[in-house]
Amino acid sequence: MTDLAWIDAALSSARPQALAALLRYFRDLDTAEEAFQEACLRALKSWPENGPPRDPAAWLIMVARNSAIDAARRRSRQVALPAEEVVSDLDDTETALAERLDDAHYRDDILRLLFICCHPDLPVTQQIALALRVVSGLSVKEIARAFLVNEAAMEQRITRAKRHVASSRVPFETPGAIERAERFAAVAAMIYLLFNEGYSASGGEAHVRALLCDEAIRLCRLLLRLFQSEPEIMGLTALLLLQHARAPARLDADGAIVLLEDQDRGLWDRTMIAEGLALIDKAMRHRRPGPYQVQAAIAALHVQAARPEETDWAQIDLLYGALEQLQPSPVVTLNRAVAVAKVRGPEAALAMIEPLAEPLSGYFHFFGVKGGLLMQLGRTAEARTAFDRAIALARTAAEAAHIRMHLDRLVGDSAPRGPARATS
Amino acid sequence: MQYAILCYHSEDVVCSWTKEEDAAVMTKLEAVMGGLAKVGKLGPVARLMPTTAATTLRKSQEPPVVLDGPFAETKEQLLGFYVVDCQALDEALEIARDLARCNPGGAYEIRPISYFQPGVAKT
Repeated sequence: MTDLAWIDAALSSARPQALAALLRYFRDLDTAEEAFQEACLRALKSWPENGPPRDPAAWLIMVARNSAIDAARRRSRQVALPAEEVVSDLDDTETALAERLDDAHYRDDILRLLFICCHPDLPVTQQIALALRVVSGLSVKEIARAFLVNEAAMEQRITRAKRHVASSRVPFETPGAIERAERFAAVAAMIYLLFNEGYSASGGEAHVRALLCDEAIRLCRLLLRLFQSEPEIMGLTALLLLQHARAPARLDADGAIVLLEDQDRGLWDRTMIAEGLALIDKAMRHRRPGPYQVQAAIAALHVQAARPEETDWAQIDLLYGALEQLQPSPVVTLNRAVAVAKVRGPEAALAMIEPLAEPLSGYFHFFGVKGGLLMQLGRTAEARTAFDRAIALARTAAEAAHIRMHLDRLVGDSAPRGPARATS
Repeated sequence: MQYAILCYHSEDVVCSWTKEEDAAVMTKLEAVMGGLAKVGKLGPVARLMPTTAATTLRKSQEPPVVLDGPFAETKEQLLGFYVVDCQALDEALEIARDLARCNPGGAYEIRPISYFQPGVAKT
């Protein structure tokens, strides 16, 4: 790796901590971002000559703070500090600051930085875009590409979100236990949605959107490193790793979705799977189950089966049952029905999803699963009606194509076979 | 004498490498390891999962306490190690320099090994 690539990596990994500290100091996101930007420019000048500092984040915070104060003084027409002095005599102050940083509540600083991006008034897409811009430091261009919108539209979206955040008052005091738990939940939900934005992509767009999954995992690891003993954050990190591990097998050469049972398991990323399983192991020790842990456990059962037939559907059924208790939702019940079909047969599963017809009347997967179950029971005409409805509700071409494949089988293939899972 | 070469690097930085960057570093390291293996100097090598996967057993009290996370929260984390068989420190340092050229940033701690048990566990 070249010098510059290393500096780039160091700057982007120091960003959340540095920006979070600057936000607490200036209490204004724009000022904090500008100051950080200025510090990065100076780092690019100074680090190749003087070597990287012992603590890049501390260096950046110090330089950013001084340059912002400097700029403010210049604006108020007072005598400016000589910039060189600020940068050159840094070693001792850096050490002192680094020590203070360790003592300070930098964990809560970063959590706050993430949390302000999750303001409940902001639509989800704006929350995610803001987090990618502010915390991950992606360029507007990169974010626009990942969201498949043009740059100007994304710029506007982020500006609007920032304005909103600036007018809302997130307290800067150290949060209490309840407040912290609320912040966790909001941030975790945002990270999960960010991941799903990337994960649900298919076709030609899948490649650019995979970036969103990588960023979600990075943010999740960051959160877990700050709060090492939170079982739900372990669960979420594990869940994302186990899902992402299957990414190389999820789409075929044409970008069409490959169902879990048809995926080439040899393509799954074993390193990610091992890390995900290790995290579930750690989380379980706490005996504080939560929705992310349960979902991670379900994903773990899928990736641990060497062949689809070896999947422990009975255990998956039980886990979905637990998830229904923790987080009741028709979609969870629908997913459970898929496991029930494997354990107790399609009839039992069909009975289970019957009450979901109303709440899920506009949900693509409901009709996909229903059609599959009817097909297994040989109720071809009803299956076709359900599949037709699914195609009408499909959000992507890949989803529609997938259902059409089942319709074709209905016509051409007498052996009953249906979509095994609501999702891949 | 056997030496452990303990690899310290910022996990944030290493975790932010793309798959391709990571693979490129590993390929270069494997070339160095291949050379060492050929002359019979390479012992076990391990790359550790991120510290978020770590658990610590604090045994300074009875009963010991289990804590999530690595033993020490440091700016650079122990991310892996090599065991190499060398005549003297100079040679171990030379090997560390070769490895460093493939993977700049961070630090290698070269520590002589006083007891070594190759073990039998299959990975």
